[in-house]
Amino acid sequence: MSRPWPGGSPDASRDGPEADPGDAGFSPATGLSFAHRLVSIGDRPVLHDIALTLRPNELLAVCGPNGAGKTTLLRALAGLLPGTPPRDPRRVAYLPQNARCAWALTVGQVAALGRIPHRDSAESPVTCALQSCGILALRNRRVDRISGGEARRAMLARAFATEPDLFLLDEPTADLDPVAAQAIMHLLRQTAESGRAVVVVQHAVDLAIRYAHRIVVLRGGRVAADVPAREALPALASAFGLPFGVDPEPRLLPYDERASPH
Amino acid sequence: MIARDAAAAREAIDAPRVLAGLSASLLVLLLLGLLVGDGILALPDRLILLEIRLPRTLLAALVGGGLGVSGAVLQGALRNPLADPGLLGITGTAGLGAAVVFYWGLAAHFAPALPLGGLAGAAVGASFLLAFAGRALSGASLILAGIAVSALAAALLALALSLAPNPFALAEITFWLLGGVADRSLSHVALAAVPILLGTAILLRLGPGLDALSLGEDTAASLGVPVGRTLRLAAAGTALAAGGGAAVAGGIGFVGLVVPHLLRPLLGQRPSALLPASILAGATLLLAADLLVRLAPLVLPLSQPLPLGVLTAVLGAPFMVAIARRMPLP
Repeated sequence: MSRPWPGGSPDASRDGPEADPGDAGFSPATGLSFAHRLVSIGDRPVLHDIALTLRPNELLAVCGPNGAGKTTLLRALAGLLPGTPPRDPRRVAYLPQNARCAWALTVGQVAALGRIPHRDSAESPVTCALQSCGILALRNRRVDRISGGEARRAMLARAFATEPDLFLLDEPTADLDPVAAQAIMHLLRQTAESGRAVVVVQHAVDLAIRYAHRIVVLRGGRVAADVPAREALPALASAFGLPFGVDPEPRLLPYDERASPH
Repeated sequence: MIARDAAAAREAIDAPRVLAGLSASLLVLLLLGLLVGDGILALPDRLILLEIRLPRTLLAALVGGGLGVSGAVLQGALRNPLADPGLLGITGTAGLGAAVVFYWGLAAHFAPALPLGGLAGAAVGASFLLAFAGRALSGASLILAGIAVSALAAALLALALSLAPNPFALAEITFWLLGGVADRSLSHVALAAVPILLGTAILLRLGPGLDALSLGEDTAASLGVPVGRTLRLAAAGTALAAGGGAAVAGGIGFVGLVVPHLLRPLLGQRPSALLPASILAGATLLLAADLLVRLAPLVLPLSQPLPLGVLTAVLGAPFMVAIARRMPLP
């Protein structure tokens, strides 16, 4: 896999090498097979016996209780942990949990950072990304002077601007109001269905079931279930130790593009 | 507020204008630097011009430029608006190296021994820094290592001062540590120019990596930026660009800290957008400060020239307080 940065492997990973190299990188045609017996952070084992396939045209949600290893799984998929193969940054975009910008860049400047792997300053992918994320009008606003939801969309637009084949997004809808969260999940499903592979860590189980094609349930660092989203409820309920059943109360209905201002 | 947002957006259009303005003021100050002597304003004879004013003026511009770009790179690399070359202990170890040379009286026999000692100190400090910070380098580990190196350098410097062989040596070390560009020769300028220009060349190449780092180290790595290598180059480049200056001009604080803050309202906050301008602004700022030092005897009854490092601190500290008060809470 070619890397555009001369002489560099991304050596941001600061933990001991423990995992087995078990995949050959992402291909837009076949997706990515990820198989690791053990993934550790330092000398603390976090993930065991992980075997996953990420497919194009699929929105995959990773769910599970706090500490189940969801973030570690995503960082391993992104090649940011030792022993995991580095990814081609032009093909794989990674959005960490609580992503924020240290400086008050404009929304457009944040999105343009997604072009760094391509080493160009192409305008059209950035404009497209801002458009997809619904923040084109905010292009010249500073990220410290817009709402939390808008700032999160700016971070997402950075990932879109890379025009990757694989999106790895850690809780892209955390702290968003229900409409904004649904709008983003809707966008991610559409993105997946345009031929990309999208992986989201998702705490909101109802959003995962409603929008994802497939759900991987992690529990205690192991894959407890890897099932189509519509069949995931029993596995999710057992992972969280909650009962499940039919809720007779009225609820918010799925996101409708035409009816929503987003 | 809207005007400020617009200012950030106009960055691409404004950058050439800001650079042109800074270059023009730098040229004017360089000329003034040749015209203005200690308390006098007149064209001097050739000897004074070449032996006294030219080295002093060039040195102020070089040292200021190195400090300015070091501050801009460190603030970007560490994602910390309070970072400056002094934070990493480079200034401290350069001072220690010079003090050790003073202590053994080497400077009396061989004039360049003092700046060479300072350079050696900066190099040792930078090596310590990278060794302390370890192989797995992050911004936080670099700051912690810098604090450790600073504290160690300060302790050893205090030891060297308390063991100073005679009161004259002590006074001389103290004055040198206060920082200044007066009474340096062209060979001092050459000695400082080599590391400063080399360090600046290294730092100027880090722009895209610094931009990516503004989203955090994980994101930068996922964008293909070699994070550890970028931080190591930032530390090494700073050691050269700021350490080279400290070796010849002593401890001049606040320039590296203040310059990026002055430029952000004009150029926006993208770290790479600040780099070229921070060289020009640092040089302009330190030249202006040194001109104030030269003109101070006209208004103040001073028996000794005002140390340049004292002036930059006296002007820089209130400025930083003003900036800190306007800074939004994280």
